[in-house]
Amino acid sequence: MTKQQRLFEVVRTGLAILIALVIALVIILVVSDDPGDALYKFLLGPLGSFRHFGNVIELMIPLVFTGIAISIMFSAAQFNLGAEGGFFIGAIATAFVAIKFNLPPVIHPIVAILFGSLVGSLFCGIPAVLKVKWGASELVSSLMFNYIAFFFGLFLINYYLRDASAGAMVSFLFKPTALLPKLVPKTRISVGIFAAVALVAVAALFMQKTRWGFRIRLTGANAKFSQYSGIDTNAVVVYSQVIGGFIAGLGGSIELLGMYTRFSWQNLPGYGWDGVIVAILARNNPLFVPIAAFFLAYLRIGADIMSRYSDVPNEFVALIQGTIIILIAASSFLAKYRHKLVFKEATRAVSAGGDR
Amino acid sequence: MGMDELLRMEGITKVYPNGIVANKNVDFSVRAGEIHGLVGENGAGKSTLMKILFGLNQAEEGRITLEGKEIRVDSPYAAIGHGIGMVHQHFMLVPSLTAAENLVMGLEPRKGIYLDIAAAIRTTEELGKKYNLIVDPKATVRDLPVGIKQRLEILKALFRGARILILDEPTAVLTPQETEELFSQLKLLREQGNTIVFISHKLNEIKELCDRVTIMRSGSVQGTFDVSSVDEKDISRLMVGRDVILEVEKDEAEPAETVLKVRGLVVFDRFKKRAVDGVSFSVRRGEILGIAGVEGNGQGELVEAITGLGAIAAGEVSVNGKDVDGMSIREIREAGVCHVPEDRMTYGCAPNLGVEANLMSCNHDSPEFTGPVFLKGKEIRANSQRLIAEYAVKCSSPLQEVGMLSGGNIQKVVVAREFSSGPSLIVADQPTRGIDVGATEFIRARLVELRDAGAAVLLVSADLNEVMELSDSLIVMYGGKIRAYAPDAKAVGEEELGLYMLGLKNQSSEEIARVVHD
Repeated sequence: MTKQQRLFEVVRTGLAILIALVIALVIILVVSDDPGDALYKFLLGPLGSFRHFGNVIELMIPLVFTGIAISIMFSAAQFNLGAEGGFFIGAIATAFVAIKFNLPPVIHPIVAILFGSLVGSLFCGIPAVLKVKWGASELVSSLMFNYIAFFFGLFLINYYLRDASAGAMVSFLFKPTALLPKLVPKTRISVGIFAAVALVAVAALFMQKTRWGFRIRLTGANAKFSQYSGIDTNAVVVYSQVIGGFIAGLGGSIELLGMYTRFSWQNLPGYGWDGVIVAILARNNPLFVPIAAFFLAYLRIGADIMSRYSDVPNEFVALIQGTIIILIAASSFLAKYRHKLVFKEATRAVSAGGDR
Repeated sequence: MGMDELLRMEGITKVYPNGIVANKNVDFSVRAGEIHGLVGENGAGKSTLMKILFGLNQAEEGRITLEGKEIRVDSPYAAIGHGIGMVHQHFMLVPSLTAAENLVMGLEPRKGIYLDIAAAIRTTEELGKKYNLIVDPKATVRDLPVGIKQRLEILKALFRGARILILDEPTAVLTPQETEELFSQLKLLREQGNTIVFISHKLNEIKELCDRVTIMRSGSVQGTFDVSSVDEKDISRLMVGRDVILEVEKDEAEPAETVLKVRGLVVFDRFKKRAVDGVSFSVRRGEILGIAGVEGNGQGELVEAITGLGAIAAGEVSVNGKDVDGMSIREIREAGVCHVPEDRMTYGCAPNLGVEANLMSCNHDSPEFTGPVFLKGKEIRANSQRLIAEYAVKCSSPLQEVGMLSGGNIQKVVVAREFSSGPSLIVADQPTRGIDVGATEFIRARLVELRDAGAAVLLVSADLNEVMELSDSLIVMYGGKIRAYAPDAKAVGEEELGLYMLGLKNQSSEEIARVVHD
């Protein structure tokens, strides 16, 4: 990408966000009796207290994991949406190790997380293999597999890990040795944040500086060309999704051991879906994922605070998200403006004597 | 301009989204009832100008007037409404439908809610008779020869009420004989009062067919002339800005041992038809073997089978004695084969990635460019800078997206990557199609250089001039078979070649078998 194009993409994303926020503003004005207060809570609420800002960071961490998982799969042009299921089933696997195994402190969470990640990679690898073997669309099969992950996971909790003495359908408490230590007092931010930072760096290096990342990018950009160049594109299709699943499972495991003391999710947590938004905002670039994840987490927490302290419901964040995604995904948004830029640039080059 | 001016385009400027200025302040006018030639090198902007006239492209500046009134052409639909029709290089036909169904598509005669097939057939026959463009209305388009498909395209435009007919390089896909026939049909259309814009870069065709000619070069008009007042030399000088060297300078080939051995090769196409039907030949070190033939006679499938992109159904293909069947593309490349693909945007590059990424796609995992984990950024950059300089690729930096470059420069990136792999066999499929003269000459000279350095070259080209000039010896393919072998490519006449290409004449199997060297 040239500098001009990159600038254009930044402007475009910024403008999409701005338009979405303006729409949010209009809705708040219409819905709320005290729009000033609601808006204040929405935009500045997360900065209002240490605890609230801590909530933003807590929410951001799983989004970094799923965002990177999806960025890698999307870079290979594999539209695997199994990060949701991978995150969930990875957490279940981790819960199993955290409850059933007796291991020394540092070793226990590492084993649990590794197991959860492997289960996640296996999970996202299935649609990949189905695609390579029988040409099944990974988009459809991964979506369906998410439900399998969900119900199979609940089945495991219900029949093997359920704490009958607790009121709800939750698992036994994790062994204290398995829990990830908290990092920042008064928040639930755990050492998992280091894992997230390390992952961003490793993923960026992997995609840009290794031959495996190069093959993913090449295959994603033009699979036929990649094949013609002698690259085993089937292998790329499979390993990009296995890696994505691994990262999703890693995220689920770290989330579970960092934030909870027992498995208590009754629904798919939705981080996989949000990861798609993050990946789109970050243009599949691992280095931009933390920024996008922070933005989305901030939006979510802001909306949450607003819904608790004002009369605007939480759901309208979905509306803002939808607007942003439509504007960013619509490739012809601002295309005319972009073409004008190109036209100006080209005519200037011509009049300056630059001939093609 | 005279009273009989029919159509006028003024001050047309068109910039493509990748920043290429295809038309610069172009003026163009056509008189009623003439055949007007539009010539220029590939990439001169002829097709762009005509796409603007037909509403496929929108110009940033300029206006179009028809019979003195300004018109807006913002879609092909609007163009057809003004009586402007276009026959594209790539036919816009539905292969699985019949000729009659294709003709009436969008304007179907109806019986109740059903298509009135009988009326459609009648229309096709009547129209065909009127313009002497006879097409079998009931034939499925897929089975029609190229020349007839083109005829159907012309009929389609006329059926939609075209008075001005734009033909975009119609002869590129035709044999010399089919071209003759097309010309007489076009002359008849002119007699009946139609106006024709004929895009070409073949000067002899312009001389033979056209009344006036407009010459374009790199997006600008160089002038409009009566054909009778200029000769081919004048036109070509204006086209390329200098006298063209159509000849390739090369010494006599000194063929050595066989590199590529093909024996009884059979390849199926996607419809499970025998696209390559029992072909045997050899290509030796130090020679360029050309394959002439109308496109779609098995050349593409042959190349795919040799390079590993397609499957071999029967027969043998070996490179330096190694059987290629069952090898992965990577193994074939490692055996010393490089491939300049016919479709450079689909197989030859990733347009959204940088020049550097495109240059390293095949050898990114060689020890020269990668350590155990990380790519060697410095070595890769040095290599891409060297190749960019050596192949004179015009780009702003090694990171510039390949899709932003001009066709000639994209092809140079492809060729730089392929030729720099130290190949013992070069498979060059349409290596200079659609690119400017400078790049064409460069690539041809490179092929000869590599031949002299001991590579075997298999050249496939639909450009007769190219196959005849560049090849040392050549074979002609028709219907998936080799129809002729010429040990000396310069010794065959164009006319004779045309007969082989059409399948009207065959050499004896003994004569053809001479291309097998063992």
